[in-house]
Amino acid sequence: MASESGGLAIHPMDQFIVKPLFGDGPVMWYTPTNVTLWLLIAVLAVGALMVLGTRRRAIVPTRTQSVAEMIYGFIYNMVEDVAGHEGVKYFPYVMTLFLFILFANLLGLIPMSFTTTSHVAVTVVLALAVFLGVTLLGIARKGVGFLGMFWVSSAPLVLRPVLALIEVISYFVRPVSHSIRLAGNLMAGHAVLKVFAGFASIALVSPIAIGAMTAIYALELLVAVVQAYVFTILTCVYLKDAVGDAHH
Amino acid sequence: MATDAQSAGQSAGMPQLDLSTFPNQIFWLVVALVAIYLLLTKIALPRIGAVLAERKGTITNDLAAAEELKLKAQQAEVAYNQALADARTEAAKIVAAARVEIQAELDTAIAKADAEIAARAAESERRIGEIRATALDDVTEVAKDTAKEIVAALGGQADGRSVTAAVNARLKG
Repeated sequence: MASESGGLAIHPMDQFIVKPLFGDGPVMWYTPTNVTLWLLIAVLAVGALMVLGTRRRAIVPTRTQSVAEMIYGFIYNMVEDVAGHEGVKYFPYVMTLFLFILFANLLGLIPMSFTTTSHVAVTVVLALAVFLGVTLLGIARKGVGFLGMFWVSSAPLVLRPVLALIEVISYFVRPVSHSIRLAGNLMAGHAVLKVFAGFASIALVSPIAIGAMTAIYALELLVAVVQAYVFTILTCVYLKDAVGDAHH
Repeated sequence: MATDAQSAGQSAGMPQLDLSTFPNQIFWLVVALVAIYLLLTKIALPRIGAVLAERKGTITNDLAAAEELKLKAQQAEVAYNQALADARTEAAKIVAAARVEIQAELDTAIAKADAEIAARAAESERRIGEIRATALDDVTEVAKDTAKEIVAALGGQADGRSVTAAVNARLKG
């Protein structure tokens, strides 16, 4: 991946390497790594906003409390509108997902930081948790009736088996698209930023490179928020299959 | 060996596909998610929910209080207008009564003044009559005397009775 051209060394993927925080040993499952550090910072940031920001419980909110309340209201309404009234029970988990992804994405935009959500390992765990959770919940709540969502009763009888096959495939592709969308977006954006940062060392093109970096950085800020939103709203849509009224 | 795998992953390209780091990432991710979940469910979400409910309650109460105060203000306005109308009616009544009273007094005074004027006029009439009568007598007397004197002065023998008769005849004429 690293391209060498005229003494120019660009390693756009090096920023994603997982390394131990202390020393140079092997990465065991318990080793504190840069992933651990940035996950911890994300947890602290969430805590600062949602716990410290609201500690005064003011009727007339401070700015931080106002932001916390806005996010609360935003996600609460999203869960209620998309997943239905039954979905509100799972609001804390959806909120956890949204806040974690939002802060991981935004913290990843700090120069020299590590973007945890750019790793497939992380997003696959998030998506699989949603997928398995929704599937188990649906079977527990509706039993065999949960499989009814694959049987499109509004379609002509001849087409139903074909549609059922497509529905099943699309159902099992969900966690893949759910996770790759997030990791892919983040990884591509950060890699492009790094490539332009590498070009900035050539005096001739550095103004263009720096301008492009600024523009892409702004775009990446948007992507960070939008991807957190997309992941969350898809979670709500999937949740609706398990708890909402089944009609296709 | 793991270091080899890491450097292998590094040279092979995407660190995302370096399976040797997966257990580490997954373990710490689960820890982080559980930590955030606990922070939210134990502290943040109930607190924000309570604050939002409390704010809603406060706003509802304030609106109700404002509605009540508005109603009271309207009642006060109605009472004020009623009092104003009462006062106007009362004032009109008092004005009418005063007007009637003054009219009566005025009528009495005019009648009295008329009577007095009539009395004075009659008195004056009478006195003028008296004066006229006296004046007539006096004129007769003076005329007689004067006639006598004139007759005497002219050298005539003045007979009192004929002079008087002449003067009377003249005065009548």
